[in-house]
Amino acid sequence: MIAVALTIPDVVVYVVAALMIVVGALGVISFRNPVHCALSLIMTLFGVAIAFIEQEAQFLAAVEIIVYAGAIVILFLFVIMFLGVDRRDEVRVDPLVGQRAFAGVGVVITIAGIIFLMARSHWITGVPHVATGVATKGNNSNVQELGRAVFTTYLFAFEATAALLVIAVVGAVVLARRERASTLESSDA
Amino acid sequence: MSIPIAWYLVLAAVLFGIGAFGLLTKRSALIMFMCIELMLNAVNLTFVTFSRSFSDIGGQVTVFFVMVVAAAEVTVGLGIVVAVFRKRASTSVDELTELKD
Repeated sequence: MIAVALTIPDVVVYVVAALMIVVGALGVISFRNPVHCALSLIMTLFGVAIAFIEQEAQFLAAVEIIVYAGAIVILFLFVIMFLGVDRRDEVRVDPLVGQRAFAGVGVVITIAGIIFLMARSHWITGVPHVATGVATKGNNSNVQELGRAVFTTYLFAFEATAALLVIAVVGAVVLARRERASTLESSDA
Repeated sequence: MSIPIAWYLVLAAVLFGIGAFGLLTKRSALIMFMCIELMLNAVNLTFVTFSRSFSDIGGQVTVFFVMVVAAAEVTVGLGIVVAVFRKRASTSVDELTELKD
């Protein structure tokens, strides 16, 4: 499995990213305060961004920070503030008996199965194709490669996401609109 | 760039498992959404890892689209949470039992 030469900086970067990801994820599911959960989620997202950069996906790392940490988590925090910050309706009594135990066992079995499958398959034990990464194919940068793929091969999917985003925005506005405004409208009319 | 891809795949599996555990055990809809984000990020990490492994940009393009869909999903999902909170003054998913009762 360790057929490739590991350099110290790579291992250090990987360990830092892995620690950030795992500690942040554990924080998300263990903190009581939703704001702390959101901040812990940001730490996980930065760890994922580090892992992206380590794997030559620079553009996605930037998008990860900008879109996830910059927009989605801020949206989470906005909703948390909107709904009341000190609302901790975490019940200690499970409605289903032994729900946590069942969830833990199921997750552990799933992860163990995945790792077992990866350990058994030969492609994971061979030398990964790291001689020429995605970003260094040709002389183009990662952004150029990604942009060319998005606007040629995946153009239809890209256009479909435009429609999806418009629909999502309209749906969010309709959902989050106050009922009082519509009743006022109807009463005025 | 010589970290074996297995390390990243195991890391992604652990991240996915933590997110799945939180999704199954949490009560607050907001925290459940955060756990869904964790699982999406685990899958993104797997996509990028295989994209590097096969030297194929398609994996990164897929991650790009997953991020777009995740943004749309969070927008609509949080809109639903806000709408439910207006009706019920709670974000606990255990109290949403109208269809059962």
